[in-house]
Amino acid sequence: MKDNKVIAVKNLTKRFGDFLAVDAISFEVKAGEIFGFLGANGAGKTTAMKMLIGISKPSSGEAMVAGFDVYTQTELIKKNIGYMSQKFALYDDLTVRENITFFGGIYGLSRATIKEKVKVLVTELKLENIIDQLVGALPLGWKQKLSFSVSLLHDPKIVFLDEPTGGVDPITRRQFWEMIYHAADKGTTLFVTTHYMDEAEYCDKVSIMVNGKIEAMGPPKLLKERYGAGNLNEVFLKLARGSKPNE
Amino acid sequence: MKRFIGFVKKEFYHIYRDKRSLFILFGMPIAQILLFGFAITNEINKVEIAILDQAKDATTIEIINKMATSKYFSINRYLAAESEVEGVFKEGKVKAVINFEKDFGEKMVKRGQATIQLVADATDPNTANSITNYILSIVQQYNQSINLHQVGGPQVLTQTHMAFNPELKSVFMFVPGVMTIILMLVSAMMTSISIAKEKELGTMEILLVSPLKPFQVILGKVVPYILLSIINAIIIVLLSIFIFKMPVQGSLILLGAESVLFILTSLSLGILISTIAKTQQTAMMISLMGLMLPVILLSGFIFPIGSMPLPLQIISNIIPAKWFILIIKGIMLKGVGMAFIWKETIILIGMTLFFIGISTYKYKIRLE
Repeated sequence: MKDNKVIAVKNLTKRFGDFLAVDAISFEVKAGEIFGFLGANGAGKTTAMKMLIGISKPSSGEAMVAGFDVYTQTELIKKNIGYMSQKFALYDDLTVRENITFFGGIYGLSRATIKEKVKVLVTELKLENIIDQLVGALPLGWKQKLSFSVSLLHDPKIVFLDEPTGGVDPITRRQFWEMIYHAADKGTTLFVTTHYMDEAEYCDKVSIMVNGKIEAMGPPKLLKERYGAGNLNEVFLKLARGSKPNE
Repeated sequence: MKRFIGFVKKEFYHIYRDKRSLFILFGMPIAQILLFGFAITNEINKVEIAILDQAKDATTIEIINKMATSKYFSINRYLAAESEVEGVFKEGKVKAVINFEKDFGEKMVKRGQATIQLVADATDPNTANSITNYILSIVQQYNQSINLHQVGGPQVLTQTHMAFNPELKSVFMFVPGVMTIILMLVSAMMTSISIAKEKELGTMEILLVSPLKPFQVILGKVVPYILLSIINAIIIVLLSIFIFKMPVQGSLILLGAESVLFILTSLSLGILISTIAKTQQTAMMISLMGLMLPVILLSGFIFPIGSMPLPLQIISNIIPAKWFILIIKGIMLKGVGMAFIWKETIILIGMTLFFIGISTYKYKIRLE
């Protein structure tokens, strides 16, 4: 990461039979950036992300994540990234503390480190009362915040968030984005897929995917200017209808 | 290794906190073995019979005494006339009536033969069959005993010996079967459900994105069930030895080793099921329909394979349980060693490798 790029993707392609799920996408993400990866359902966001986090092999193209190659160094990638899925997947039948201990453990954190992390999280998120409660009993908003904290446990360089705010109320979403900013301030890179266009406005840079291709990319402000739109939602609708920039 | 222990620990939390799986794991084996051992039985034990003795002479009384003192029958009542027979059966308690003809003893001596009429309640044909067989054998014994004292006339004396299970205890047949079912159930069904659960909840994805390798994830899910299955196998063997007095003629170590092999076969089947099933319910349905039914019907557990139609006999060969039942029957009842069960053992090993092979292949496809 001499040049400060933590994700570098060039012509990355994923083909399922005759269907091009991801069609030669290219982009770069800098360290500490919040990168919004936008697109409608079925546009190929999740497929693209799965290639970057090392659980799906690309059909062609190149990609480096955290300085490692997605073809040959998936193990190293996995050690250096965090991942939060849209299901906020923690174990419902384990307590908050047990979940943290378990996930810290599979990332190879020592017992002492895990204890330290639990302490920090308890103060930061005010978990005193719920640390020994089963996760299943917590409201969705809490699960989501916990899930994000768990994905940050091993201090990853990049965190991939797959539609992290699906189904939660606006206030919790707002709080959640504060957590994202906080992480970015500390130098973590955040790769966020979402289809909430208002959320996309919080990102440093967004890319908009339509039918497997990246149709537009840049800081939200620039994109709005380029497409003559008041907000990203309009930009998105214009792209989806197949129109070109004004210039 | 430390990661692995953490993983196994987490798996035990899941099992421990889910009352349903706890029940399946420990309640079911004990309930099943007791049920099959005590309630569901083919044996005759203190069956109530009625006697219609129209002769009342020394011979009939001797035969009746033999019946009464055997542990198979207890005499419910003595009837006075043939007209009472039907009424007795309708009451339902008495399962058979033994009717001695008039002047039984006299005819025996003078003509050399006399007739006993045997009426059995055939609403339950199997029981009726066994009852008549037992009664006949008692009469036969009596016949032989009087023939021994007489001189003259050639005679055939049959001596039957029921090898390996002299008392024809049906629990001897059920224990191997129940053990097979339970190990299959715990290993295959519980693992496939618990892996499918991770998929359903989305935690599987998180685990795959973590630095754990897929085989570590699967191993972590499987190890707790190996331990629990072994505990179950031990409980079943102890129950059958101490409660049902079932002998273990062969080597306990061999029995243990073969059980572990069968546990591995079942686990690999469970893993295979979980590569197909996306939800816990599907996993459970496949396990129940695809594993339990064939195990009960086609493994030779209840219905003898030899008397099945040929196509079913052929199909029974692909059922792992069939081979395992042969193995444990061999070890527990016949006391045989590896020399007699190596073929079955190799088949089980082959099946295990085959299931693991397909699972890995299917898993790779998913990853592509």
